[in-house]
Amino acid sequence: MRLLLGSLFAFAAAALIGLGATWFALNEGIAYGGISIGAWTAWPRNGTPGIDPYARAMVARSGELPVGSGDGITFYARADDAERPFDGRCDVALSGTTPQARFWTLTLYDPEGKLVANSVQRHGFTSQEIIRSASGTFEIIIGPRARPGNWLPTGGIERYVLALRLYDTPVGLATRYGRDTPMPTISQKGCP
Amino acid sequence: MIRFLLWLLGGVLLGGVVHLATVLLLPTMAAKDAYSRLAPLTPVNKVVPVPAPSPDKATMPFMDPAFAMAVCRYDLTDAPLKFSVPISQAYTSVSFYTRSDIAYYAINDRAAGRRVIELDLMTTDQHNDLPDNEEITAADRLIVESPTNTGLIVIKALAAEPGLLASAQNLLASAKCQPQPQ
Repeated sequence: MRLLLGSLFAFAAAALIGLGATWFALNEGIAYGGISIGAWTAWPRNGTPGIDPYARAMVARSGELPVGSGDGITFYARADDAERPFDGRCDVALSGTTPQARFWTLTLYDPEGKLVANSVQRHGFTSQEIIRSASGTFEIIIGPRARPGNWLPTGGIERYVLALRLYDTPVGLATRYGRDTPMPTISQKGCP
Repeated sequence: MIRFLLWLLGGVLLGGVVHLATVLLLPTMAAKDAYSRLAPLTPVNKVVPVPAPSPDKATMPFMDPAFAMAVCRYDLTDAPLKFSVPISQAYTSVSFYTRSDIAYYAINDRAAGRRVIELDLMTTDQHNDLPDNEEITAADRLIVESPTNTGLIVIKALAAEPGLLASAQNLLASAKCQPQPQ
């Protein structure tokens, strides 16, 4: 009797701990080999056969196709440089320069990876579309209300994710992350 | 009390095994991974355009809306595949994924270095079966080895401005993936 109760207890604990840990790992986005520069994080191994098991499970569950490493690399940001999570009701400024790449695109998604509906049907920028200053830097204002210059609408949603994709770039697994990879800074400008 | 703690320890250890097993098995059991999402839209060994993502509807999450995209879902069981796509003015890339969505190879227009990206896709066995002399005559032919019999070729063309999306889509419409005559 004791043996039965004990083993039942052990199995229950195993299921709870095991499934709980899996659920937690996949929802919190725990994957190895992430590279963080400021608010941005990329997983360069995700575009190679060396993708780690956690990232593989996450990719299989979400249904996305990671950008192949011969194609480019994706950096994600979910919070600004001060680690405040993005709020679509606030104005956020993204400014500076990007690492060397032939093209880059910046896209705004909701946390599930869907595009966000807005009045001007703008979901992102490409490196060709952006208006730059004389020094070659740029500033993109991400917020709910229209702005002059580079304005990326949030549609007023509560949380969003930014994806900066560099195409045909030397940035990848072998990059030394530092001065060679200047990622744009992200700062909150004001919140109603 | 000690007996209880031992059972708990056993449960924790077993929980670790359950955790690892679920993480490792999930990719093989996922019903909504990219390949499964694309399978109903794509006949085998044929280039099919993937609709541009919109807020209401997207084939996959985190698609880049600046790109026109087409997919060839391949099956190499019978024969190797010949693939070609003309390159656009901006940027064109071809990425290869296994049945389980692992990116194993990608090439872009600059690496291809011509007006058209042309390559042969085959399994390792089919590559080994190639006659030696043929490989010499075809020295400038790019051969890609697929680790699995089935998988995806994803072709993307950049539309640097939204107005250029239609021409990028037109370009992808002339991409070809065909089984090689034996």
